[in-house]
Amino acid sequence: MNLTTALQLALRALWRNKTRAMLTTLGVVIGVGSVIAMLGIGSGAQQRIADQLASMGTNSLVVRPGSVTRGGVRTGAGGITSLTRADADAIAELPDVVAVAPSVRTTAQVRYRGTNWGTAIEGVTPDYVTVRSWQLAEGEFFTRRHILGASHVCVLGQTVARELFGLRSPLDESIVIKGLSCRVIGVLTEKGATAWGSDQDDAIFAPITTVQRKLEGITHIERIELVASDREASFRLIKEIKRLLRQRHRLREGQPDDFRMHNRAELAETSEESARVFTWLLGSIASVSLLVGGIGIMNIMLVSVTERTHEIGIRMALGARQRDILWQFLLEALVLSTAGGVLGIFLGLGGALAVARFSALPVTVTPVSVLVAFLFAGLVGVFFGLHPARKASQLRPIEALRYE
Amino acid sequence: MTAPLLQIHGLHKAYVLDGVTIQALRDIDLNVEPGEFVAIMGPSGSGKSTLMHILGCLDVPDTGSYQLNGQDITRMDGNQLAALRNREIGFVFQNFNLLPRTSALENVETPLIYAGIGKAERRQKARAALERMALGERLYHLPNQLSGGQAQRVAIARALVTHPSLLLADEPTGNVDTATSAEIMALLDALNRQEGLTIVLITHEQEVAGHARRRLLLRDGRLELQT
Repeated sequence: MNLTTALQLALRALWRNKTRAMLTTLGVVIGVGSVIAMLGIGSGAQQRIADQLASMGTNSLVVRPGSVTRGGVRTGAGGITSLTRADADAIAELPDVVAVAPSVRTTAQVRYRGTNWGTAIEGVTPDYVTVRSWQLAEGEFFTRRHILGASHVCVLGQTVARELFGLRSPLDESIVIKGLSCRVIGVLTEKGATAWGSDQDDAIFAPITTVQRKLEGITHIERIELVASDREASFRLIKEIKRLLRQRHRLREGQPDDFRMHNRAELAETSEESARVFTWLLGSIASVSLLVGGIGIMNIMLVSVTERTHEIGIRMALGARQRDILWQFLLEALVLSTAGGVLGIFLGLGGALAVARFSALPVTVTPVSVLVAFLFAGLVGVFFGLHPARKASQLRPIEALRYE
Repeated sequence: MTAPLLQIHGLHKAYVLDGVTIQALRDIDLNVEPGEFVAIMGPSGSGKSTLMHILGCLDVPDTGSYQLNGQDITRMDGNQLAALRNREIGFVFQNFNLLPRTSALENVETPLIYAGIGKAERRQKARAALERMALGERLYHLPNQLSGGQAQRVAIARALVTHPSLLLADEPTGNVDTATSAEIMALLDALNRQEGLTIVLITHEQEVAGHARRRLLLRDGRLELQT
């Protein structure tokens, strides 16, 4: 008996019990559907985390001043003033460093005509936008010339622009920061909130020299952000920067560091790892339902073998060999599971779309997850179909024939 | 002289039922020549069914020899027996044993499927076999839409579609009324006389057995009387 004939026999047998076949398939449909939808939700979450990390700059490192102990009193982090722009320039010379952005930060009440707004003032260099991978919505960012001249210019974050200017363009208007009149030369695009909830767009950016000399009266810097060429380099750079800064700050063996470093790549890896775990978790919960669907198939096939014992006896009397019977029942199980797989793919895609539509969750269904779910359904069919099929094929002809 | 179609010598068969060993067949010797019409009679419990299963290669003897058309069935495994049943034997059962919810045509096609015959040829042969049984109008009827006589004729068509060397009929008239019984026996008679089909008929009815040209009596597992 060839495969086509066996398949026809299996289809005909299933057709005779349409309702039962459909209900059995439903188990697999739901199983495959939920695997696909769950993996879709999982990888959507993964994608969103990856996007968020990319907006933060995943290969970036942050160097901040450390604490210092003076007469038993330990200042908090950033309590010392040892970090300078020269340090930032030295770090920029290291290999695998793509861009370096030293900065100082203060807060101020900013005025524009009748309105005012309390916000952060970031003193930065032109490389800042590169390091943060931030684009300008209008105007331009300041240049080296503005830094050298400690010019009275500034670039606004979206929140500040909206609060002070409403719908009007702030370009070429002057705002007053701590008594200093600054011309607005650009507005940054919207960046949104950080992962921990602070509004990145609620800030004004000015040349670092302007903030240091004219607003704060300081010479040190409060923060160096830098971007490494890749994630591995960022881990390596931590050690190199540590050695470089200790040497530059003339710290002796045994003296504590007077700076601190954070690696965003570490955070990225943790977040990505947890997103992966999340996907796996959802996927494995969903595969339980696929497994249950498979058990449903086995259940129905076992019932079917018992019910059709007499039929099997007749077929054996007419010359069916063991493998003919085995194939007939195995194919019935396979048809049920693959039909369930195909329908489940549609259900899963539909479910994923519905989730994407009605919750704000991003959902990404990958072809791989569809393929895996479908193959898994087929495997379930073989696995759970084999036992009933073997049972059917190993019946003894006279006993099967006598069975009523 | 032609060799016997069916050659049985010193055949024993016992089976265990509820822990009790039952000697179903004892020392059976039987030869059937091609073209013969043999009836095996016996009261219930005489071992008729067991003999029928062994003759039909559905079961194998414990000891003794059985050759069907020159083939020693005691040396065969399950698959070889299945092929032999398909090739050499046509079954007609008391309760018809048609596949349920399956059309007459598909029922008759079934042995051809297991013979590995292609779809078109299968269709054509099955149709011809049914037409010979005057069932050309009933090709797509399901077993429960057929009368007893029609159902048994479908079964006979199914038994003959593979051109077997032996037709094995087990109480073929047990489930039909007298008129239909006569009709079926006439059909078997005709097949035997006109086409030389070898028939072994198992029955407990004297009248049915009367159609056979040789009658054997099975009692307590032994073939006792040959008339």
